[in-house]
Amino acid sequence: MVEAAIIVPAILNGLTTGAVYALVALGLTLIYGVLHIINFAHGALLMVALYGVYFLYALAGIDPYLALPIMIPAMFALGYLLQRYVIGRAGHGKDENVMLVTLGLSIVIENLALYLWSSDTRTIETAYGFATVDLGVALIAVPKAVAFVGALAITAVLWALMRWTDLGKAIRALARERRGAQLVGIDVEHLYAVSFGIGIACLGAAACLLLPSYYASPHIGSAFVLIAFTIVVLGGMGSFIGALVGGLIIGVTESLGGLFLGESLGKIGVFLIFIAVLLFRPTGLFGQRV
Amino acid sequence: MMLTLDHIAKRFGGVQAVSDVTFAVARGEIVALIGPNGAGKTTLFSLIAGFLAPDAGAIRFEDRDVTGLPPHRIAALGLVRTFQTAQPFERLTVAQNIAVGAHLHLASRGAALRRGAEIAERVGLGKWLHRPSRELTVAGRKRLELGRALATEPHLVLLDEVMAGLNPTEIDAIVPTIFAIRDSGITVLLTEHVMRAVMRLSDRVLVLNNGRLIAQGKPADVATDPAVIEAYLGRGVAPPAARELARG
Amino acid sequence: MKSAAAIIVLLLALIPLPWLVRSDFWLNFAVLTLYYGFLGQSWNILGGYGGQYSFGHAAFFGTGAYTSAVLQLQLGFNPWLAVGLASVAGGVVAAIVGGLSFRYGLRGSYFALITLAFAEVLRILADSLGFTGAGVGLQVPLHPAVVNFQFAGKSGFYFTMLVLTALGLAVVWYIEHSRFGARLMAVRDNEDAAQALGVNVYRVKLGAIVVSGILMALGGVFYLQYFLYIDPEIAYGPAVSIAALLAPIVGGLGTMCGPLLGAAALQLLNEVSESAIGAAPGLNLVLYGAVLVLIIAFLPEGIAGVARLRIGLPRGRAA
Ligand SMILES: Nc1ncnc2c1ncn2[C@@H]1O[C@H](COP(=O)(O)OP(=O)(O)OP(=O)(O)O)[C@@H](O)[C@H]1O
Ligand SMILES: [Mg+2]
Repeated sequence: MVEAAIIVPAILNGLTTGAVYALVALGLTLIYGVLHIINFAHGALLMVALYGVYFLYALAGIDPYLALPIMIPAMFALGYLLQRYVIGRAGHGKDENVMLVTLGLSIVIENLALYLWSSDTRTIETAYGFATVDLGVALIAVPKAVAFVGALAITAVLWALMRWTDLGKAIRALARERRGAQLVGIDVEHLYAVSFGIGIACLGAAACLLLPSYYASPHIGSAFVLIAFTIVVLGGMGSFIGALVGGLIIGVTESLGGLFLGESLGKIGVFLIFIAVLLFRPTGLFGQRV
Repeated sequence: MMLTLDHIAKRFGGVQAVSDVTFAVARGEIVALIGPNGAGKTTLFSLIAGFLAPDAGAIRFEDRDVTGLPPHRIAALGLVRTFQTAQPFERLTVAQNIAVGAHLHLASRGAALRRGAEIAERVGLGKWLHRPSRELTVAGRKRLELGRALATEPHLVLLDEVMAGLNPTEIDAIVPTIFAIRDSGITVLLTEHVMRAVMRLSDRVLVLNNGRLIAQGKPADVATDPAVIEAYLGRGVAPPAARELARG
Repeated sequence: MKSAAAIIVLLLALIPLPWLVRSDFWLNFAVLTLYYGFLGQSWNILGGYGGQYSFGHAAFFGTGAYTSAVLQLQLGFNPWLAVGLASVAGGVVAAIVGGLSFRYGLRGSYFALITLAFAEVLRILADSLGFTGAGVGLQVPLHPAVVNFQFAGKSGFYFTMLVLTALGLAVVWYIEHSRFGARLMAVRDNEDAAQALGVNVYRVKLGAIVVSGILMALGGVFYLQYFLYIDPEIAYGPAVSIAALLAPIVGGLGTMCGPLLGAAALQLLNEVSESAIGAAPGLNLVLYGAVLVLIIAFLPEGIAGVARLRIGLPRGRAA
């Protein structure tokens, strides 16, 4: 029997990681829900965001959490431009092409990072990096606790944005029906790019929350991209609540997998869930809506 | 009997697209299935050809229960459908498109392509043989649908609005093609909104409305059936068709 | 039949290359071009002719490479004997991946995702299991001799690749001239219409993925013999999957020579950029990724498509 003393912290750790995963997946699911494309460059763009946070800290001394108001608009702009001027144009509106264009982008971005910044792993040292909070049942690292709360808060803000603002309503209308949106005079291309931008802005936020307990390196994105896909598929493509619940489930699965099967084999659980969901329940746990 | 439907029903969420439909088609007949838009004609074809499974009822083809069989098995038995919106293999030529159908019984590539050329001639696509099918006009695509279906050497074809989108000249041209198909021994079940063609072509007419069969009989009898006229006028969806229908 | 003759002449003309090109550098260039072209031929069968875009062809490549390595190193097999079993293993993995995905009707992005996930599962397994050498990988000892499927010079590998290329071309020729191929292309263009005409879509796709998997596994076997080392990242990582899809997309999807054209173009680009900017990690892939995006944006039919326009070649006439 494994002691509760080991399992409880593993679950808590899994939940904190899962909340950040959820934030990453939220961007992916939003993009899928509105544009119906699978963004294979999502992981690469997260990597870019992590470097952004790293350089803000290393060169300008800006604390990762204070970088949030810089990274969110910066990543939004990057996403907007990519969709408006690259993905939207090169894809010719065909699913397979869009898929390949985002794959091509991810290859370019990852290897450009490798070329510019080498394959070194970059970490930052903050005053609170090794501090812990005592939750009674377990100790938890401060950066992870902040990431958990921060990711949930940002998710809530995004949810409110989609729910109650005119922009959110327009995006949801567009997600339901492109034709109809065009008819009521919505600038569809602009709104697509805005949606993509919001999806990528999620990555800017995730990077700020991640870096204090994580690192930046050129190939870091691929570790996230499959996990984010898994979450999105598990939660249901395009589902908000699905991404959140899916993220938490996957975070805990990974953490417990690592505990019982070891660091390397532990990751397999996530992918087996992925394959099983794709095969047996491709609509995921929460169906399809935005 | 060629085809028998026994109390067939199909529901999509809140829409009862087909309810309790029972009819039979005899060998060698040309039967027209008519009804206003959304009556359930295409759905019925999809059910017969195995693209959808019925919620209730049974379908027999040449005295064999085919309910729930996948489409390719049903096609192999000799029952082939065409699509209301033509579905060409866009990157293949006309000959290659038709050859896919011919391959159902011909293993040899050469033989299938020769068959493709023959049939292209028969449905009036001879000049287009080596053109990519995506270059065809709407009328050409409809003929391609027809040609591919014929290439499978079916016993029964389901033609879903092969005349929709054609101009009057093109319609007049396709009518003899359909008679020729019947004369070659193939039974025809078709849906059509072009009443002039229905009246000329069909031995028997079935009328579907809101998923139910509301009338059947000789074209002239059906055309004067008050229930049928009411169905068309009541919907107000296809007045020209209804006017033609009323005129007979 | 004319196309077949042209291809046979081309292959025959390529035989004397090692005697004409004395530099190891250019012979290595030729070997790698044929090798990437061959991986592309494998992917093209499923992706180009069948319309099913796999992002995880590494699953079959790695299985071929690992099967051969494990048979040689752990069970003392002769590498030539291992070739057969390795390709069977690749075909079996392909049958499992395809059987599951196609049975449950996965298409488009979903199919791409699930192939990616399968490759990843295999990578994790190879990284964790003892008999695959785990993270350390497996090294085949250097014993150059024809019986060992190792050659002292590059020319032996060149001829091996030439034979594999001929095999790949023969398979594609068959696809363009057979009922199976006709059905495969029909499924690619329109599954519903194919079904309506009596095509068993599931079986056709399964056939295509198995053939594709067997060829890809042979690519893995070749890699192992040429470089004598594999690890989980090389065998099952995304780089191979991307290499396999890049060549046919650049060269021309669903065409006989597209993958070879694409591979040659990419290898040239690689050499030119290295001599211009110097070798740097990642740089060639930056270019490849950019080429992928540009090709899709401006030349969706690849180089073969441009060639057809310029010379007025007929498009994909089978027979
Ligand atoms: N896949 C589907 N999902 C949900 N509803 C459907 C589906 N297919 C058809 N329907 C609905 O079922 C009803 C019957 O449609 P069907 O296409 O069979 O009509 P039809 O008689 O062929 O019409 P038309 O003359 O316009 O072709 C319609 O209300 C339609 O909206
Ligand atoms: Mg219809």
